[in-house]
This record gives sequence, structure tokens and C-alpha cells, in this order.
Amino acid sequence: MSPLARTVFECRRSVTSYRELPLPWVLPCYSPRVPTATEVRSTTHVRHSLLVRVTHWLTFLAFIALLVTGVEILISHPRFYWGEVGNVNTQPLFTFHIPSSRDTVPTGYGYVLPDQNGWSRYLHFEAAWILVLTGLVYLAYLIFTGHLRRNLIPTREQRSFRAYTGRASDYLRRARSGVELHTYNVLQRSTYLVVIFILFPLIIWTGLAMSPAVTSAFPATSSLLGGRQSARTIHLFVTILLVLFLIVHIVMVAISGFRVRMRAMITGKATLSTEFTSKELR
Amino acid sequence: MNPLSRRKLLFTGTAAVAGAAGLAAAARIAESYGLIPPDHGGLYGAGATLTYACQRVLTLHRPLREFPRNMISKSPFANPVIFNVPDAFKRSRAANFSDWRLTVDGLVDHPLSLSVPDLRALATRSQITEVACEEGWSYIAEWIGTPLSAVLREAGLKPEARFLAYFSIQPDWWDSVDLAEALHPGTLITWGMNDGDLPVGFGGPLRLRAPRQLGYKSVKFINHITVTDSMKHFGKGLGSAAPEGGYAWYAGI
Repeated sequence: MSPLARTVFECRRSVTSYRELPLPWVLPCYSPRVPTATEVRSTTHVRHSLLVRVTHWLTFLAFIALLVTGVEILISHPRFYWGEVGNVNTQPLFTFHIPSSRDTVPTGYGYVLPDQNGWSRYLHFEAAWILVLTGLVYLAYLIFTGHLRRNLIPTREQRSFRAYTGRASDYLRRARSGVELHTYNVLQRSTYLVVIFILFPLIIWTGLAMSPAVTSAFPATSSLLGGRQSARTIHLFVTILLVLFLIVHIVMVAISGFRVRMRAMITGKATLSTEFTSKELR
Repeated sequence: MNPLSRRKLLFTGTAAVAGAAGLAAAARIAESYGLIPPDHGGLYGAGATLTYACQRVLTLHRPLREFPRNMISKSPFANPVIFNVPDAFKRSRAANFSDWRLTVDGLVDHPLSLSVPDLRALATRSQITEVACEEGWSYIAEWIGTPLSAVLREAGLKPEARFLAYFSIQPDWWDSVDLAEALHPGTLITWGMNDGDLPVGFGGPLRLRAPRQLGYKSVKFINHITVTDSMKHFGKGLGSAAPEGGYAWYAGI
């Protein structure tokens, strides 16, 4: 084994030695095989596969459409309830103190916003279809290519409380971690798993639990959540969590090198040298 | 030239052609099974069609969701009638709706003209269901009426019947449902609510209740039903007044 290959090999073996390694030789540590010296010399590699890039941006577009139209629909009744029923004659759980697009809602404002529900509802459900179908394709990819096992489920070394607190304190100290350019740390992996397997299924379920046809045919979709109005309220809470994820996601991309990351998610290509010398990378 | 690009081109081309052919075939099959809504065109048509087709297949033979009596809302809410109430309605209301008629025509063997007592005598069903408005609010009430299927049985549907358009005495206020919805046992011509007559505020004397769809499909003050094979010649051909105002024809969601 050449010294070069040995270095790379050790990189894969020992997590603690990552930071002592000379940076240009740090390669994807989740690579299923030991890279050869020729591969090490080549600096451009595929960061995100075509399928991941296409599904990423489709999901992004659908999510933004769902968010904008969802807010428009919310404005027509900015009151939230718990249980099966709720209307202006019943006590709300909480209320957004904003003007409404309906004059039947007592908002305290002396005016009514224009009604945008028609196209908002059409687009909301069309975007929901794009999100669900894209999600199914992505899910199949995750499972059948091993992407899930390799890159999203925390590695054996990461499955400890210390791994979480250690990485969190690294973030707080703004410590650089070059090795993470090519894979995800335990906090990223856990967050992605929560978003993919908890938040998105929950937002779809709570959405279906508001459909009179679906709940009529399958009452459990609504009753398991505590009723139609509970489903609507949970739908809002999950939306807030997903928006928080989106904000943190964009902030992290901006901090770790916006242009490099965007190029990687659009063209798929990432260059080791640019990643390491990028001025944006601090 | 990258040696892979030709293979990629061939693969992409074949996939695109197969995809387009598959979509065209799917559209044909969906059309023949009545899974294409009248408002399937335009920017949002794909989403509306997917929702309608999927929900129609999944919910076709499912029962209605009914609630226990103790869940009936103490203070139900109804949108105030903000549109022009025609003089004919005011006159009929003054006569306690004794002259109100529901006419049934179109693709039926025996066109009907039914008074409220005629409907009561025909068949009665009571159900406790939720009214869910597209805005987000809802309430539960007991609805008493004549199943639409009983009225259609009385009139006798012609084999080419596909849709059922229903009209309010309020001008430009009309809607339609497909035959599956019209014949579902939960779809009622409602004349009673919570053990009393149906109040005018909730659509009395007659309201079509389609509890498996959002509240706006349950049109108030109906006086006319037409059975048809196509919605193309009603209004702008989108199926109901709702799409003309920007709202989806199918309101199962």
C-alpha cells in the first residue's frame, strides 16, 4: 500500500485523526472502498447525484408554493382550535391577530383583505402532489441505493450522546471541520432523518385529515389526531418546524460557503481545492 | 465527446416518449372511468385531476363518517346570505315555502316537480355530519332530508347520465356532482336540521348536502336539478360556479 493510500485508508478507519491529516488528502470518508492514488489526484468529484439534485429543487419549489398558499388560506380564518369542530362561535385555542380575508371573522381590524383562497387552494394541492410524488422517488432512492444507510443514519461512532454534544459544542465554538465537506455529521443526519421521516409524513397526514372525502372514508386519519381542527392546528405547528429547518438549512449553507454549496446542489460538482481555499469557507 | 452521452440521450429520449405515451394512455383510461373533473384544464388542472381521480377511487364505496349525537355543535355557524336574495324567495318565505318546488329534469325518464312535503313523503334519512368550510372552520349538525338517490330513482336515470347539476334560487349560484357522489347514501336534499325545519340561514327550505365535500358544494335554496352527460354546456363549462370564481369543482379536499 502506497503511503498515500495508507493515509486515506487510515482516514477511513479512525475518526479522531481527521483533523491532524493534511487537508487535501481528506476524501469522502463514507466511500465504500479505498480510493486509489489517481483518484486522490483528481480534485473534482460528484457531491450530489442527479436524482438528489432534481428532487431537492422540486421539493424546494413545492415547499415554497405550499408555504405561500398555506399562509393565504390561513388568512381566511386565522383562528385555531382543538378537537373536531371550531368556528367563530366557539372558543379558539389561539388566534393570530392579523386582518382576515373574510368579514365573518372578528379580527378587530376595520378592513378585509382580498380573497386569495381559490388559486391558493388549487396550487396548494397541486404542489402537495409534486411534493408527495417527489418524496416517494427520493425515498425509493434513499433505501435502494444505500444513501440512507451510508449518509443519513448516524454511523456507529456517532451513536452516542457525546457525539451529539461534541458536535453541538463544535458548532458553538465555530470550529472548522474539513472532513464534513463530504458527508454529514451526527446533528445533520439526525435533523434530516427527523425532517424526512417525521415532519414530512406528519404534514401530509394532517393535510389529509382535513379532507372531508378522506376522513369520511377513513375516519381514523382524523380521529387519531384528535379531530379535524386538531389536525389543522398540528398542520400549522409542523409547518413552523419545517420553516425553522429551512431557515437553519440556508444559514448553514451560507456559513459553510454559499456559492460552493449552491454549485454542488445545482451542477453536482464539488472541487476539493476550491472547497478548501474558498474565501467563503470560514 | 463523452462516450456515455449517446447512451444517456437514448435512455432519456426513450423514457420521455414512454412517459408521454403512458400519460396519454392514463388520461384515456381515466376519462372512460369518469376520473377527469370538468375543471381539468389550465395551470392547476393536473393537481385537481390527480386529487379527484385518487379520492374517487379510494372513497367510492366507503360509508359516510357520522358522529354521535353528543358531538352536535351547540352554536353552529353559517355564512350570512350576502348575495341578492331574489323577490321570488321573499314571496315564498312569506308563504312559509308552501309553494317551493324542486324540479328534476334532463336525462331522466320522468321529470319531477316536488314540493317539500312530496320530498318528505318520498324517503327520509337523518345523519349527523360535519360541515367543513374551505376557510378552515367547521361544525357538526344533524341533517334530515331525502336521499338524492331516492329522488333520482323516482325520476329514473337514463344510461348516459354522468353529472347532476343543481341550482339555487340565488342567481348564478349553482354546482354539480358526479353520479358517484349523487348516488352516495350520504348525499341528501336536506329539509330538516337538529330535529327542526332547516333554518333559512342554513339553506332552508332545501339544501343539497354533500357531506363528503367542502361546505361550498352544499348549495342553499335549491329549486332545480338537471341530470346531464357533460358539464360542457353549463356556464363556462368548468362544472360549476365555483371554478368560475377560482375555486376547485371537486371539493373532497
